[in-house]
Amino acid sequence: MSKVTMTVNGRKMAAEVEGRTLLSGFLREGLELTGTHVGCDTSQCGACVVLVNGQAVKSCTAFAADLEGAEVTTVEGMANPDGSLGNIQQAFQDYHGLQCGYCTPGMVMSTAALLADNPKPTEEEVRHYLEGNICRCTGYQNIVRAVMAASGQDVGALAAE
Amino acid sequence: MYNFDFVKPGSVADAVAALAGEEAQPLSGGQTLIPSMKARLNAPGSLVSLTGIPELVGVCREGDTLVIGAATTHAQVARDAAGDFPGLAALAGQIGDPAVRNKGTIGGSLANNDPSACYPAAALGTGATIVTDRREIAADDYFQGMFTTALEEGEIITSVRLPIPQASAYAKFVQPASRFALTAAFVARYASGVRVAITGASENGVFRWAEAEAALSSDFSANALDGLAHSAHEMIADLHGTAAYRAHLVGVMTRRAVAAAGS
Ligand SMILES: Cc1cc2nc3c(=O)[nH]c(=O)nc-3n(C[C@H](O)[C@H](O)[C@H](O)COP(=O)(O)OP(=O)(O)OC[C@H]3O[C@@H](n4cnc5c(N)ncnc54)[C@H](O)[C@@H]3O)c2cc1C
Ligand code: FES
Ligand code: FES
Repeated sequence: MSKVTMTVNGRKMAAEVEGRTLLSGFLREGLELTGTHVGCDTSQCGACVVLVNGQAVKSCTAFAADLEGAEVTTVEGMANPDGSLGNIQQAFQDYHGLQCGYCTPGMVMSTAALLADNPKPTEEEVRHYLEGNICRCTGYQNIVRAVMAASGQDVGALAAE
Repeated sequence: MYNFDFVKPGSVADAVAALAGEEAQPLSGGQTLIPSMKARLNAPGSLVSLTGIPELVGVCREGDTLVIGAATTHAQVARDAAGDFPGLAALAGQIGDPAVRNKGTIGGSLANNDPSACYPAAALGTGATIVTDRREIAADDYFQGMFTTALEEGEIITSVRLPIPQASAYAKFVQPASRFALTAAFVARYASGVRVAITGASENGVFRWAEAEAALSSDFSANALDGLAHSAHEMIADLHGTAAYRAHLVGVMTRRAVAAAGS
């Protein structure tokens, strides 16, 4: 076991890890930040996506020990300082961008990465960027609407499919 | 996953020394190695991370060659190669999904040599040189069949040197569940002739399509491939497509790549 320290949602946090401890395990078990979900654990679904140094990363496919000193943002870090839902989270609620909610933390974090890079994406760019985030419930239409709304764009213009 | 010792050296020399240990294996982006360790297809005694070695990261032009550090991510190649070698940048930008591209690296991809991976097509299609800690290997000698390369035990790729073509493009028929190539073609035009590399199709991994190279070297247009078909011999057959289907795609994707490369 060795100690790994990261800045998680703006706070320095440490936990004991083994070589094989994944970033997802470090967050969920080490730091008890269970907002990050593990869907497939085979690098396919994107439910576990968090931001590492500002970039979307599958936390089930990274070793904690390899990320000593990294800055990590999880879905817990997306809320406003007063605890109310942040802009992206609120848009997912307003536009019914979730049903069971299992994929949602990854969707929200991928959306945060997309909008940081491309603040006003087209619908096509949103669909393309979210390729690695799989949702079993929603059929994606409302997820795309939520992302468009979170970017401050007119959602009424999106055709219902 | 079985446990292992984790080490993160800061230089190539320290990494090579660490890899001399029993059952040691390099870890780059982990986008292939971590899933295979979870499946217990791979159980190294120690992992030597290559992600803390600054000399292994970066994209830089040296004359007519683009030099890419082995631990450079797909996302960085998509961004930093766009000006000098747009065909390669576009290929890197089509690998997997954004999160895979933020971690996965060119060195890891070439070391793994998955028969459906994208970078092997670019390396073979440009006649790249694979630079390791101990030698330089021509792409034509490097790829030796599915998941098989010229790398020796403990040898690491440090960089890849790709001759920049006059025109190039990668045309990928995506297998939508895995996002790897069902079949894809990389076409590169040089003053000395045209190279065509095909991935995703053959049981022997990435390969050059010699007949198409000859036809395109005298006339670089999709029409030059009229009447040319690849044989289905030793093509991959699985639930996603038969050997004949993949052989057909070889022609279709090569034509698309030529059209996209322009002149
Ligand atoms: C969902 C998903 C989709 C994907 N889609 C695609 C796709 O469309 N196209 C594609 O080409 N790939 C795809 N990949 C694979 C991805 O590109 C991997 O990043 C890549 O194949 C391996 O690179 P890595 O840096 O992650 O290597 P790792 O997983 O760290 O290592 C892979 C292997 O290479 C060895 N290795 C690593 N670096 C070196 C080095 N410098 N020298 C010697 N050996 C080394 C390791 O020991 C290991 O055996 C996908 C992966 C996932 C999870
Ligand atoms: S849990 Fe990480 S990609 Fe599915
Ligand atoms: S809301 Fe259930 S998986 Fe997306």
